[in-house]
Amino acid sequence: MLSVRDVEKSFGGIRAVNGCSLEVERQSIVGIMGPNGAGKTTLFNIISGFEQPDRGAIVFKGENIEAKNSFEIARMGLIRTFQLTKVLSRMTVEENLLLAPKYQQGERIWNVWLRAREVRREEESNRARAHSLLRLFGLLPLKEEYAGALSGGQKRLLELARALMAEPDMLLLDEPFSGVNPTLGNKLLNHIKELRDRFNMTILIIEHDMHVIMRLCDYIYVLNRGRVIASGTPEEVQNDERVLDAYLGGGQYI
Amino acid sequence: MMIEYLITILLIASIYAIFALGLNLEWGFTGLVNFGHVAFLAIGAYTTVLLSLHGVPLFVSVLVGVALAGAFGALLGIPTLKLREDYLAIVTIGFAEIIRLFLLNEEWLTGGPMGVCGYPRPFEDIITGDYNLFMLSVVLSILILCYFMLEKLIKSPWGRVLKSIREDEDVPVSLGKNVFVYKIQSLVLGSMLAGLAGSLLAFYLQYINPRNFMPIETFYAWIAVVLGGSGNNKGTVLGAVILFCFFSATRFTQEYVPLHPTQMGALRIMLIGLLLILFMMYRPEGLFGKKEELML
Ligand SMILES: Nc1ncnc2c1ncn2[C@@H]1O[C@H](COP(=O)(O)OP(=O)(O)O)[C@@H](O)[C@H]1O
Ligand SMILES: [Mg+2]
Repeated sequence: MLSVRDVEKSFGGIRAVNGCSLEVERQSIVGIMGPNGAGKTTLFNIISGFEQPDRGAIVFKGENIEAKNSFEIARMGLIRTFQLTKVLSRMTVEENLLLAPKYQQGERIWNVWLRAREVRREEESNRARAHSLLRLFGLLPLKEEYAGALSGGQKRLLELARALMAEPDMLLLDEPFSGVNPTLGNKLLNHIKELRDRFNMTILIIEHDMHVIMRLCDYIYVLNRGRVIASGTPEEVQNDERVLDAYLGGGQYI
Repeated sequence: MMIEYLITILLIASIYAIFALGLNLEWGFTGLVNFGHVAFLAIGAYTTVLLSLHGVPLFVSVLVGVALAGAFGALLGIPTLKLREDYLAIVTIGFAEIIRLFLLNEEWLTGGPMGVCGYPRPFEDIITGDYNLFMLSVVLSILILCYFMLEKLIKSPWGRVLKSIREDEDVPVSLGKNVFVYKIQSLVLGSMLAGLAGSLLAFYLQYINPRNFMPIETFYAWIAVVLGGSGNNKGTVLGAVILFCFFSATRFTQEYVPLHPTQMGALRIMLIGLLLILFMMYRPEGLFGKKEELML
């Protein structure tokens, strides 16, 4: 589904990503771990087109995407979330979701008049879908609230619901559990599992928490200083000395 | 006498309301910072009167003026809207000055500092009564039309994309929206509204010159938008009305205060500044803005 090949990216003197390669199989959940500053978010930014890599290639659904604009990559079905949640604060929860569907007729200025009826119909069906997603995430009672008024955990859920509203083939989730309380976190974890099991989605997820990663992922890549230092199934990685070094030796505790 | 005066105030206020609605689309809904909005007012005004003086039918002249204002909007937007947001602000300031200097210096075309007069006005020879009253009805109809057009657009999925750009453009981008195209559309449409206001202003003034298009005009539009509550069309219209009622009120009092007209002009700007400061202190969301939004 996705393959990242020898990607490099520097900021000034800092090599944020330094020759990184990984593969994500269709319908798998793949985790990326690593201490702070390892280059995980930068790698996500590169995959999703928010940053241009200095070198390397990225192939998604058989197509090279490293030179594409981020909105084009999103249209191909690769949707990301952000480490620091990005909700549209002064828009309602419902509006946040309604923004997401791709190729909406009503998003073309002329269609607002020329195809008013189709636009209305499309809007109705999108709204119905938005409501069922909001119900799934327990956000339906909040649909008229400004998204900015939600709690940190609710914003995470909203961001995930919004990403799903775009009907992605693959999701990139950047620390979706940070700032989420344990109860909500458990629900979120089950939701993510369900996405793969029931909706055949492919997921690449950045996560610090070893327990979460263990329960969720089929395969794990461990990054340190912009390089993949270990990869394998959760069991393999758990017992890898280099991983323990990177976390404990580097003075970083998970 | 009093009623004629009222008509004049409403007429100017309505013209500036159209002008300010354009800025509200750009800033209030899309978050684009345009500090040279007056340039498009000038382009609309001069294009319309110069073309009609050369025998082009009035209606066509207005349309060309509006289209040219829009085209210049695109011309400024294309190189700047892919860059950081402050670039548009800087480029529009410069553009407005270039346009004003062009009008001032290219006498062969624009009449230079003397400006242009003696151009035809719509239905001039048919209207027998108060021309300003006729014009007010025309301008009000146009204003209402623009208002409802904008409201419809803003409430559409298209408007939703604009608002998402204002909030955080990373979000629409991450959802596959080509935000560059939307920003251009917003800027073009906003500039076209300014161009239309320019044509109407020229008809009202009967004589235009570069002094009608000083940078301060841009800030009148900003004041109207901010007074009314950014991102609120109703508020913007009301903001423009309040601003011009205030202007004429100070003009009335001219007779009773022992100040030179230029001093009076300076005092007026000072009072507007004071009004804005008070607004920001006691009602920062503007007349129609929502207080909750400011907390987010
Ligand atoms: N836009 C940027 N400009 C400069 N340095 C950056 C930028 N983005 C990331 N970095 C640097 O790149 C390194 C990797 O950061 P990041 O990818 O955010 O790490 P992680 O997500 O693994 O914590 C850090 O040293 C960070 O300071
Ligand atoms: Mg990160």
